[in-house]
Amino acid sequence: MKALILVGGYGTRLRPLTLSVPKPLVQFCNKPILFHQIEALVEVGVQHIILAVSYRAELLVQELASLESKLGITITTSLEEEPLGTAGPLALARKHLCVDSDPFFVLNSDVICQYPFGQMLKFHRNHGKEGTIVVTKVEEPSKYGVVVYESSTGKIQRFVEKPKVFVSNKINAGMYIFNPAILDRIPLKPTSIEKEVFPVMSQNGELFCTELEGFWMDIGQPKDYLIGMCLYLNHLKQQNHSSLYQGSEISGGVLVDSSAKIGKNCRIGPNVVIGPDVVIGDGVRLSRCTILAGSRIQSHSWLNSCIVGWKCAIGRWARIDGVTVLGEDVQVSDEIYLNGARVLPHKSISSSVPEPQIIM
Amino acid sequence: MLIKAIILIGGPQKGTRFRPLSLELPKPLFPVAGIPMIEHHVAACAKIPEIKEVLLIGFYQQNEYLLRFIEDMKRKYDIFVRYLQEFCPMGTGGGIYHFRDQITLCNPQALLVCNADVCCDFPFSEMIENYRNNCLDSNGHLILGTEASSKQAPNYGCIVENEDTHEVLHYVEKPETFISDIINCGIYLFSPSIIDLISKIIKDRHHSLPFIVCNNRELSEEPTQLERHILTQLASSGKFFVHKNKGFWSQIKTSGNAIYANRHYLHEYHLNNSNILAENGEEKPTVLGDVYIHPTASIDPSAVVGPNVSIGSGVTIGPGVRVRESILLDKAELKEHCCVMNTIIGWNCSIGQWSRIEGTPADPNPNDPFARLDSDSMFDEDGHLTPSITILGRNVHISPELVIRNAIVLPHKEITNSFQNAIIL
Repeated sequence: MKALILVGGYGTRLRPLTLSVPKPLVQFCNKPILFHQIEALVEVGVQHIILAVSYRAELLVQELASLESKLGITITTSLEEEPLGTAGPLALARKHLCVDSDPFFVLNSDVICQYPFGQMLKFHRNHGKEGTIVVTKVEEPSKYGVVVYESSTGKIQRFVEKPKVFVSNKINAGMYIFNPAILDRIPLKPTSIEKEVFPVMSQNGELFCTELEGFWMDIGQPKDYLIGMCLYLNHLKQQNHSSLYQGSEISGGVLVDSSAKIGKNCRIGPNVVIGPDVVIGDGVRLSRCTILAGSRIQSHSWLNSCIVGWKCAIGRWARIDGVTVLGEDVQVSDEIYLNGARVLPHKSISSSVPEPQIIM
Repeated sequence: MLIKAIILIGGPQKGTRFRPLSLELPKPLFPVAGIPMIEHHVAACAKIPEIKEVLLIGFYQQNEYLLRFIEDMKRKYDIFVRYLQEFCPMGTGGGIYHFRDQITLCNPQALLVCNADVCCDFPFSEMIENYRNNCLDSNGHLILGTEASSKQAPNYGCIVENEDTHEVLHYVEKPETFISDIINCGIYLFSPSIIDLISKIIKDRHHSLPFIVCNNRELSEEPTQLERHILTQLASSGKFFVHKNKGFWSQIKTSGNAIYANRHYLHEYHLNNSNILAENGEEKPTVLGDVYIHPTASIDPSAVVGPNVSIGSGVTIGPGVRVRESILLDKAELKEHCCVMNTIIGWNCSIGQWSRIEGTPADPNPNDPFARLDSDSMFDEDGHLTPSITILGRNVHISPELVIRNAIVLPHKEITNSFQNAIIL
């Protein structure tokens, strides 16, 4: 079986992290975002993964070589010379997707959830039509495009963009499974799968949907990355997952890489991810944050709602808050306060940033 | 030569810009570098053999704080301090006139008059020497002046001098336009004959102003101010001279100014009296720069304090706490890992774990040797609070993990949310 992952462009919404590392390789809960999806796909028998990218992704290909051999799969990149929207990449990858008549998966690369690939496959085979999309429930459907469908069968009736009156609270979750026949509907030019392909398919009675159970988040920007992290850790916590870190200083779901070191009298959690080779000093307070590999947090600092990039150094009595994102190798002096700062890689910060600001 | 020292301490209606801290304690008794603001004046007086007695004149009700201060001064410096209470605000000139009998008792040959809210090196010996040489025989008077930037000078009393003789040719209090860059430091050496002049001026004002009755005594409706009514008359009398101050000088108008004055007095301890300052050592906290720690304060050895910190009696500082550029008043408690910078923590306050209490210093431009503290209003033109030193009034409790920046918190509050740039009633 095959899967096409829509990786897309430079991941500018997740800058400054994506200035150092391609977005699919940015770690989410101590694993590159893309690996979460690939591993789940391999579990249901996918053996060929096609990454639809719109930039020269040499670093990405290099990084994936080891994953290929480890998982015994093939990873191919399909490069868009010009942006092709959300459907065009399927036409571009036609030669890979049409090698046999098996259905194939299509995913947006920013989606984090309990991937329901097995359930999708079963559901798709059951109804026997051209396509299946996954829908997820949201609290405020008026912000999204919603899906109206027959609840007993999952047959999609129509799509409504940003509904003013309530018609449904289910939205497209960015995960699909299609028969190769769909490729006849898509020209090799910029095309939107949501606006140009799906409505026609549903009119023809060829599009069904299945509802996702559990959490779902598009983690394409820092605020949502942190929300997604909390949902993911909470899910692990509910499962009482063995990967969660235990200790007297810990509360709530916390992941700590085995190579990280934590000092005395810290208080960590809920919702904290500590990456490989991270060093946390004494008396540090961490909540709702991700500390990426090789960073060092000195004693008595307080971090909340932030992403600390790779190899950063945070001084003593620093306070970091308000969805601050530090790029790679950022140095923060002692006693500094950062509130909502986005700091580009290799900067030294020696004065506080009390209001949200981008530090070039 | 006998000299009477007089400290003009004002009253509760004065020094309102020092609130909320002056809601609790007369502003002149607010501790700076570990001792009351005017104890620095008294200590400087005690070094002058000609001064045997210090009179405090003001209109605070006699209270336990003043009584204890007076007793402490006797004990610590072996000098007599007496409080002369005006029955209602008479103005600085009016107060001196009212208590003229007390002041001239024992026939002093000079009156050393100081405002309470000045912070400086108190160059009394040099002033007395100058007075002896140039004023004593001629019943002349001396005013301490210092230079200010031409932009800031009009916020103060401005002195125009004859550069050769240092005679004061002209004096204006807070002029609208630039007059001179020599400003009044609020410290004077008067000949006792000043009493006669004040008497004449008050009588003239009484003739031209309507009377009011206050506690069965007659008083002109407007109090007689030394600066506005007396100094202006002394100028160009041929008997009024300016003594130029070369050392440090600043006013303490707002409570935020106390942080600046604190730093100066700690530095002065460092130069002249360094055994008062805290030292590093085993089982002691890490001390950076000039720090005063009251002997009854309890500070965890893992805390880091300084530079320019004064810690009052009974203060408790927990493990991993950081304090810099701050004043901690009696019985404040700072819990583990909290961080306090450019802040005055009021009496009996508590700061929760990992909280950050921070102000913004409003120091004069360090590159301009004549720059003074700006006494601008608390709000900018748009009505926003100007970032300043953070002040917590008495008995304010800050929950753990909050950030309080550039805020003024009135007494007896429980704070459970973070605040920036706010006054919390």
